[in-house]
Amino acid sequence: MLGIISYGAYVPFYRLGWDEIEKVWGKKLPSGEKAIANYDEDSITMGVEAAVNSLDQFERKNIDSLYFATTTAPYKEKQSSSLIAEALDLRDDIFTSDCTNSLRAGTIAFKTAIDSIKAGSARRALVISSDCRLPAPKSNFERFFGDGAAAFIVGYDNPAVTVEGTYSVSSDFMDIWRADQDRFPKSWEQRFVITEGYLKCIKKGISGIMQKYRLLPEDFTKVVVYGPDPASHAKAVKSTGFDLKKQVQHPLFNQIGNTGSAFSPMMLVAALEDARAGDKILFAGYGNGCDAFILYVNENIENLKNKRGIKYHLPLKKPCASYDKYLNWRNLLSKETAASASLATFLPWLWRDRKQILSLYGGRCRHCNTIFFPIQRVCDKCLSKDEYELIRLSDRKGKIFTFNVDHLAPSLESPVVITIVDLEGGGRLRLEMTDCFPESVKISMGVELTFRKMHDAMGINHYFWKSRPLCEER
Amino acid sequence: MESIKDKVAIIGMGCTKFGERWNMSYSDMIIEAAYEAYEDAQIDPKDIQAAWVGTLQSSSSGVSIAAPLKLKNIPVTRVENMCATGTEALRNALFAVAAKAYDLVLVVGFEKLKDLGYAVLGGGYEHPVFNTGYSTPGTYALAATRFFDKYNATKKTLAKIAVKNHHNGSLHPKAHFQKEISIQQAMDAPIIGWPLGLFDCCPRTDGAAAAIICRIEDAQKFKKNDYIKVKGIGVAAGTGMGKSNTDYDYTHFDENLSAAKQAYEQADIKVPLKDLDLAMVHDCFTITELIIYGDLGFCPRERVKEYVDDGIFTMQGELPVNTDGGLKAFGHPQGASGLRMIYEVYNQLLGRAGSRQLESPKLGLTHNLGGAPGMEIVACVGIFGL
Repeated sequence: MLGIISYGAYVPFYRLGWDEIEKVWGKKLPSGEKAIANYDEDSITMGVEAAVNSLDQFERKNIDSLYFATTTAPYKEKQSSSLIAEALDLRDDIFTSDCTNSLRAGTIAFKTAIDSIKAGSARRALVISSDCRLPAPKSNFERFFGDGAAAFIVGYDNPAVTVEGTYSVSSDFMDIWRADQDRFPKSWEQRFVITEGYLKCIKKGISGIMQKYRLLPEDFTKVVVYGPDPASHAKAVKSTGFDLKKQVQHPLFNQIGNTGSAFSPMMLVAALEDARAGDKILFAGYGNGCDAFILYVNENIENLKNKRGIKYHLPLKKPCASYDKYLNWRNLLSKETAASASLATFLPWLWRDRKQILSLYGGRCRHCNTIFFPIQRVCDKCLSKDEYELIRLSDRKGKIFTFNVDHLAPSLESPVVITIVDLEGGGRLRLEMTDCFPESVKISMGVELTFRKMHDAMGINHYFWKSRPLCEER
Repeated sequence: MESIKDKVAIIGMGCTKFGERWNMSYSDMIIEAAYEAYEDAQIDPKDIQAAWVGTLQSSSSGVSIAAPLKLKNIPVTRVENMCATGTEALRNALFAVAAKAYDLVLVVGFEKLKDLGYAVLGGGYEHPVFNTGYSTPGTYALAATRFFDKYNATKKTLAKIAVKNHHNGSLHPKAHFQKEISIQQAMDAPIIGWPLGLFDCCPRTDGAAAAIICRIEDAQKFKKNDYIKVKGIGVAAGTGMGKSNTDYDYTHFDENLSAAKQAYEQADIKVPLKDLDLAMVHDCFTITELIIYGDLGFCPRERVKEYVDDGIFTMQGELPVNTDGGLKAFGHPQGASGLRMIYEVYNQLLGRAGSRQLESPKLGLTHNLGGAPGMEIVACVGIFGL
């Protein structure tokens, strides 16, 4: 029985209202909003967050391979999945793979993981899809592009959802592209792109899998399928014979937006949150072809109901104050920067400290049990030398011991809230706080830790952990 | 272990005007401070046998003062110990003199910050992740947040310290700022790192200061009775663990307690508030001065607000603190600050403080604090008397 053992999703805290876009460009829009990554998030950090939500109590060291799907990797050359594996503290004898360059990357990664497990090269794989696509300001894409991530653990250990069939088609169609030097995705006239491209390809993929396994639309509880916009999505569903009202997973265009290669995986998470044993789901991704899957839900699904998925994140939100702020977060505003603002970095130092920086390892003294971060070779409490053991602190909660609201700290966003956090079970960290309301931060506030981009120096992204108010404190 | 008390004399001092010295290089400022000290000590610079220089970030090596002052091929050593650098230069020099390695020694501290634009203090070889993304005022604000929560002090308590130091600075012609401010102005100022506002922070300043030292028994050869004596000096370098150690409460500095204990023991000080006649402390931020009152034993920490409200540390109070305006109004060129504080104690003890002159003070304290709450810290306490 091969299938989905666990799932998780991540939707960023900030929402950009369609009215903010309307205010700037003057085009009348209905009411709606989209999820946008904070200034300190990218596809890697959102992917880590979704993966952490899928892992939860799952033993991380049992993951044999990691697939990361995105069209917005921070580096053109340099793997993202290896960095994510470090942040998640996975084993280092695992297979890491980036699936990129196609909106279908999410389902490509899912299928590759399933196939590799079937072939016996891994027992459990972690499949992460995350995207943070940057629409050109004023483009038609701007309203519908959202940011987010989803993650699945797949394997043989009592899955909650089994993969009963797969089918793929390839189609070399120029509907959306971003050339090497392009900052924003480009497209051809929508009439051509939708009618000749998207609709025909989806029909081929979905009809294809139903023919292959001799199934009809009425055999499925739900269809989960990618769509570029609400109207085209509805058309595609109808054209394949499904009942738009009863059988379709809502794509949340007006709440999260089209999250690119993570879009259909996130919709699948939303579908599984409502699924019951016996449900049958047709799941499909689109982009230069179509991957389709037949998924059967079993009683194990009940064990996954507490996972942080779409439902958890939808009400956790804060409006991005203005379109200007969003532009600034995306580095689309020309602005004054201090002459001395360019940061230096030292790669050997980052490499030496990678377990502390990325996996957030501290040291626990074997003699006096005191936890220190960063790791101290000579214990500050009992002075024993080299008697520490490594301990991962990233999944601990904590409380604010003290804080400040720093208006002078170098950052894309100001002010920066700096927190001194005392962790449950010991250890104190100085961390920037993110996804908060600076005016309501207080001593003793409960926080959790989240992996974020700190800054880039000399073209190198620096990632570390930040504090974030617990959901009940936000 | 022998006390340093009454072994070494300061027989001459100099200090430049502190401020934005756009038309002065650090060499110019070194010359200005050193020649004032030469003249004051009535010595021939050729008789100087060795020199110590303190600068945090404006230059390197002993050559930084040997070159402008033409100290030809004598031992010159540069020391650096964060914001305690100036006093640390004197401390190293006075041990050499007490050990009779040299008889006449020059000490110089300087910093030229205003050539650097908006660059923040410190910098250089810092951890690329753990030591980025915050400001120094913000780090001190961590202490203020906690102090306000634990004790009854408020932003107004801090404002009173800023008002006091600005008032004192207005009486010193060499201070960076010579302008009084009101409590309202201090409280309404733009926030830099909440809860600290603009007037809670010291400025970035250019300046240099210098001292000439010799053994007490030689002092009269040069100057008769016109000198002061080193009574005690203590330094403490912390482990930088406050940010990692849940035992640290962010409302005191252990480094201060240790440096003060060392200096008080040497100088035989039992009740600082009574024994001392003035104190020059490291008010890089108003919250720092507030914390120092408790750390150096000027008052019980839980009653510090009361003491400030009662004006104990004003010019007319029981223990005037920062009579020249402190870092807040006099300015803070790190390498020079410690010697600048000693310069004020020196002038007060010798009755040369003009409109700031206290009534026959006999014993003064200087205090420096490098680093920031929870971070790597060096504290230094010096006691000087007649």
